[in-house]
Amino acid sequence: MNDIPNQLSYFPGCSLATTAKENNTSLKSFLNHFDIDLSEIEDWNCCGSSSTHSVNSKLALSLAARNLFLAPPNQQVLIACPGCFLRLGYAKMTLNASNEKQTQYEKHFDRPYNKNLELVHFFELLAKMSGKGFFKNLTGRLNGLKIAPYYGCMLARPPSMNKEKNHYGLIENTMATLGGEPIRWPFLSSCCGTFLSVSKPKIAEKLVNRIMKGAIQSGAECIVTACAMCHLNLEIRCKPGNRLPIFHFSELLSLALDKKASKDWFKRHLINPEPLLEKKQLIPCQNGRKSNGFFR
Amino acid sequence: MNGITLDKTAQEFVNQVEELSHSNLSQCWHCLCCSGGCPFSKDMDVLPNSIIRMIQFGMKEQALNSSTIWLCVGCNTCSMECPNAVDMAAIMDALRQMAIRKNAKIAEPGVLAFHNAVVDSISRYGRTHKLEIMMRYKFSEKDLFSDIDLGLKMLSKRKLDLLPSKVKDKKSIQSLFKMSGEVS
Ligand code: SF4
Ligand code: SF4
Repeated sequence: MNDIPNQLSYFPGCSLATTAKENNTSLKSFLNHFDIDLSEIEDWNCCGSSSTHSVNSKLALSLAARNLFLAPPNQQVLIACPGCFLRLGYAKMTLNASNEKQTQYEKHFDRPYNKNLELVHFFELLAKMSGKGFFKNLTGRLNGLKIAPYYGCMLARPPSMNKEKNHYGLIENTMATLGGEPIRWPFLSSCCGTFLSVSKPKIAEKLVNRIMKGAIQSGAECIVTACAMCHLNLEIRCKPGNRLPIFHFSELLSLALDKKASKDWFKRHLINPEPLLEKKQLIPCQNGRKSNGFFR
Repeated sequence: MNGITLDKTAQEFVNQVEELSHSNLSQCWHCLCCSGGCPFSKDMDVLPNSIIRMIQFGMKEQALNSSTIWLCVGCNTCSMECPNAVDMAAIMDALRQMAIRKNAKIAEPGVLAFHNAVVDSISRYGRTHKLEIMMRYKFSEKDLFSDIDLGLKMLSKRKLDLLPSKVKDKKSIQSLFKMSGEVS
């Protein structure tokens, strides 16, 4: 993608559609501000993430494939969830490498496979926007908020995909451009525990609290993550003594736009970020952009 | 330490795992970078690189019975550390699926129960319905009370939707399950 299209297909995935709605709406509202519209892939299904490919690789491929076949041709697909991005990307790579599989799925879905469908991670889009100077007028907006950038395992990939871009540093760069202060800390790419948070909570708790403590000790006022699963795990497995507000990347981006952030997003957080937002004079308006609430 | 006897089944096991995981185990030189990077290696009964060794030595039962294959979350951190591009997450996927198919002893039944609850939800809605997954998981584990405060808090914050987000074309999801074979 060289130019930034005004219209993209969009694959939200299960987390953004449900538990992380605030991530979904803040992402859309942020892009909307720059006249980028997203149209959800009609009737999309689960990407085949962790649990599915843990127990049935073929099913994981089939689920991901259905989404690839449903996506309208000639339109890039934006994906914000790192897990979904990996699963759909892996499926595309697998299908592109095998004519046999392509034909099999073409028959099954009764439509042609589009091997040129472009899957775009939100990071890629953001890097492009930043390169084009989209954020020039927003300098200083985050009022020196001290941010621990947290990638978790989102940038790790299987060896067959290791030639792709990493985008390490993107959160730091964007946050600094917008007037935040990204801090240096040791746990930026340390895994949150993912699904073990449910079946092995003790293990997840150990990892999460190490991360949270690390952020506090490094002087961060908050953590920002671009993965909805990390966001949830850090919030639910964090011990009371180690609490620090955790933002979705898209929420902080929106906070840098005039009156584009909504209080409703932050009300859905289990660790209340509002006192910090007040202290930093980053109070969002009441209900998205319709309200008359003030921003800063 | 127990001695290791290699027999011809060792190579068979290697072949099976390599075929399922599309990887080449002989690329591994046992440098331990993967195990050093794996966030869960302290909780596993066998280190990830040792799993590869076990496969090469034909220690099928031990590998399939290990907790390692269930505690691996497929985060790919190890792959970023590995100097030889070994796809550890895919190897773990392969072993897990072999363990299920061969009715091996499952070292972490709770993890499998969770995966099954997720897949079950996808079979019904085409998407994951977190509240139902949690309820089913809790019932299957006969553990209704841990995390109850957390569940209530999540409900009050509307983090857990009461109703699922659903795919309209239910049949197309069922047909995917049919073509891919039911699980466990
Ligand atoms: S890092 Fe790679 S080469 Fe080293 S032990 Fe692990 S799998 Fe083998
Ligand atoms: S993919 Fe599995 S073995 Fe590798 S680092 Fe992650 S949990 Fe450990």
